[in-house]
Amino acid sequence: MALSKVWVFAETDENGSLTTLSKELLTKARDLGDTVEAFYAGDGNDIAESAGAFGATAVHATGPIEGQLLGAPVGAALAAAAEGVDLLLGGTSYDARDAFAVASVKLDKPVISNTTAIDLDGDAVVTTVPVFGGEKLVKTKFTAGGPMLCLVRPKSYEASESGGGAASVSSVDVPGDAPSATVLATHVEEREGPQLDSAPIVVSGGRGLGDPAKFEEYIEALGKKLGAATGATRAIVDAGWVPYNKQVGQTGKVVKPDVYIAAGISGATQHLVGMKGSKNIIAINKDPEAPIFSVADLGIVGDVHKVLPALIEALNAKG
Amino acid sequence: MALNVVVCVKQIPDPADPGALDADFTLKRDVKLILDESDSYGVEMALQLVDTAGGGEVTLVSMAPNGEVSGLRTALAMGAAKGVLVSDDALAGSGALETAKTLAAAIGKAGDYDLVISGVESSDGYTGVVPQMLAAQLGHPMVSFAKSVEVSDGKIKVARQTETGSQDVEAPTPCVVSVTAGVVEPRYPSFKGIMAAKSKPVDTLALGDLGIDGGNVGWAGAGQEITAVEDAPARQAGEIVEDDGEGFQKIVAKLEELKVI
Repeated sequence: MALSKVWVFAETDENGSLTTLSKELLTKARDLGDTVEAFYAGDGNDIAESAGAFGATAVHATGPIEGQLLGAPVGAALAAAAEGVDLLLGGTSYDARDAFAVASVKLDKPVISNTTAIDLDGDAVVTTVPVFGGEKLVKTKFTAGGPMLCLVRPKSYEASESGGGAASVSSVDVPGDAPSATVLATHVEEREGPQLDSAPIVVSGGRGLGDPAKFEEYIEALGKKLGAATGATRAIVDAGWVPYNKQVGQTGKVVKPDVYIAAGISGATQHLVGMKGSKNIIAINKDPEAPIFSVADLGIVGDVHKVLPALIEALNAKG
Repeated sequence: MALNVVVCVKQIPDPADPGALDADFTLKRDVKLILDESDSYGVEMALQLVDTAGGGEVTLVSMAPNGEVSGLRTALAMGAAKGVLVSDDALAGSGALETAKTLAAAIGKAGDYDLVISGVESSDGYTGVVPQMLAAQLGHPMVSFAKSVEVSDGKIKVARQTETGSQDVEAPTPCVVSVTAGVVEPRYPSFKGIMAAKSKPVDTLALGDLGIDGGNVGWAGAGQEITAVEDAPARQAGEIVEDDGEGFQKIVAKLEELKVI
């Protein structure tokens, strides 16, 4: 039995377009609820068409939140507006986590985070959350009634359009008493070339590279040759070798490319959960016991400093 | 000007050991617990901020079964002054919201503070929502996912991680801030620190001491129920070969087979 009303916490990227994750959630919401609507922290007219195309019939919008960190005011607005909503779906993004946490406190309802699947079992909503680096799947049922709050990981579902027209737009109040933080400036990091979230090939490097210069010399060079996006483990992001926007893993991006090449990556749980959904995985690591080999379709037990230059040379020779 | 900082720390089973589940499907926690590495960054950040302020102290707040303090001792050895631990059988099964309610009540027992710091998410439960819930529960402003933190004149200034870059955020104290891993380099406890930690005070409280009804936390208050734990579908075993100098050819062949070159 479907739920009667499902809301999706819609988000937009730096260009103001509905994010892929929001489209995935709207698509899934159509399976779960008779009525699918979006909630948006911004001008609802900006997403009325795109949200409508993925199945939302209405957009409930706060209007632009200027100069304030979104979480507290938007979470309070979401909680106040969500009466009668059975299920609230958000992505595991920074702002959605903030807003859902605040809404959870205001509504006194739990939020289930890091969900990779949502199923209906009769009237019950059952979530799937991977634990132990994705080795086990925990099924959890909401038992406190609606609104149920659920944060879903990227790429759990594939987005598909519903053919729906533009959604109607209505405004929701933002309670003025939320303790808030002031945003003084926003910085957008330049992103060039193939993007991690969408590239069909990803080449990633880890600590096994030995030093930061090798990331440029091997990983970027191989990425360029293959037209691939380049990624990194948390270890070398934390070490400052590459910017955070290249991080693949639990606290970084989730990727599911056709081909994932892991070079000098041992395969910590933190990294595996971000890439083990890739269709084909090629790993190069000198330690035969490295966990990365447990998910590799092709594993080369060897020194990345020998294998990668030879590989790049061979690819160059092929033109 | 003195700065008093509360740091929320979680004590977890060592992630390097194979994890095990209890009969109720929750993580087996009656094993030796250690300080979650994700929280060592918060402890270090707090110690540095207090140092910069030229006075004040760091108080740890934690929630763990069986009066467990070994992870707290690690953070005390790093330089925290004291700890407040909430330990009560009724907390088993608590979700993020019940955890935040409990920590908020415990922070109320930690004395005056300017700042509450936590990691962005624990290494085991990784919900990534407890710090923001804590702020809402305490009625403080929150700044999540901080990559750097400065305190001056009753305000904090934070560079906050976003999907597309970062934001410069400011908030008045007292407030709650969650710090990302790698934000600072956590110090190793010195021998002197380890010895000193043994005699630093840890106040162990039960739910009754906090005025929390056991029926509102743990399994009773979680509003969710684990119905099953399944093995994830395993990937088919791949071909693993030792590099004999020609290993790169295997990769070339694989890329050709996949038609990407």
